[in-house]
Amino acid sequence: MKSENSFSMTVLSKSSNESFVRSVVSAFALSLDPTVEEISDIKTAVSEAVTNCIVHAYKDTIGKIYINCDIKDNVLTVKIRDRGIGIENIEQAMEPLFTTSDDERAGLGFAVMQSFMDSIRVRSVVGKGTTVTLKKHISVRYATKKQ
Amino acid sequence: MAVDIVVKGEVLTARLVGEIDHHTAYYIRKEIDAAIELNMPSLLILDFERVTFMDSSGIGLVMGRYKNISKRCGELHVVGAKPQIYKVMKLSGLERLVKLEMCSQEAKK
Repeated sequence: MKSENSFSMTVLSKSSNESFVRSVVSAFALSLDPTVEEISDIKTAVSEAVTNCIVHAYKDTIGKIYINCDIKDNVLTVKIRDRGIGIENIEQAMEPLFTTSDDERAGLGFAVMQSFMDSIRVRSVVGKGTTVTLKKHISVRYATKKQ
Repeated sequence: MAVDIVVKGEVLTARLVGEIDHHTAYYIRKEIDAAIELNMPSLLILDFERVTFMDSSGIGLVMGRYKNISKRCGELHVVGAKPQIYKVMKLSGLERLVKLEMCSQEAKK
């Protein structure tokens, strides 16, 4: 069965919103009947993306984080956008263990997103902001009978 | 999120409860570091059995405690990690530094 659905929301870059956003996105993904592992993967990747907005994009300020989600043909797409400082060198930022933060950050945010989702696209303009687009295909576990 | 600290001789066990992310890691870190300062353990055990979610902030938390306890010539063990949590730990290569013990037999692979 093909189902299409979407939602958008905007939250402030407060660290208490990390759990809120990952819970909302994972609840939205439930209509695809994902496994426990798939839901866990989505939650973790979304948490990383939102944390990046809070820790890096809006480092010394509070800004808005825009979340757009849609489901089409069993693919969940999560777009997380900020209007923060942007990333100068995306390739370097995506290297595992690279971090510009000294606050016990492991530098694994993008590595987790890459590993836990099917695809990740990062677009960024310095001074304008960053958009991270994550996609994950959820397999149909129970075959539906064709009429 | 909560941390239960149990001290037995030179062993300090920190039982973590709930979700670990960038928001909660800050409080957990403060609690554990204060307990290390006070008790000077030779072995720190971080028990993840009751952790329901963890992102890479948890890796920063473990690495930070590893540095702290190593400075005092102590050891760090991580126990009770469920499959989702172990998956994040494995990705980080944490097992090269710290002794990792899984939660029961379910995630031994």
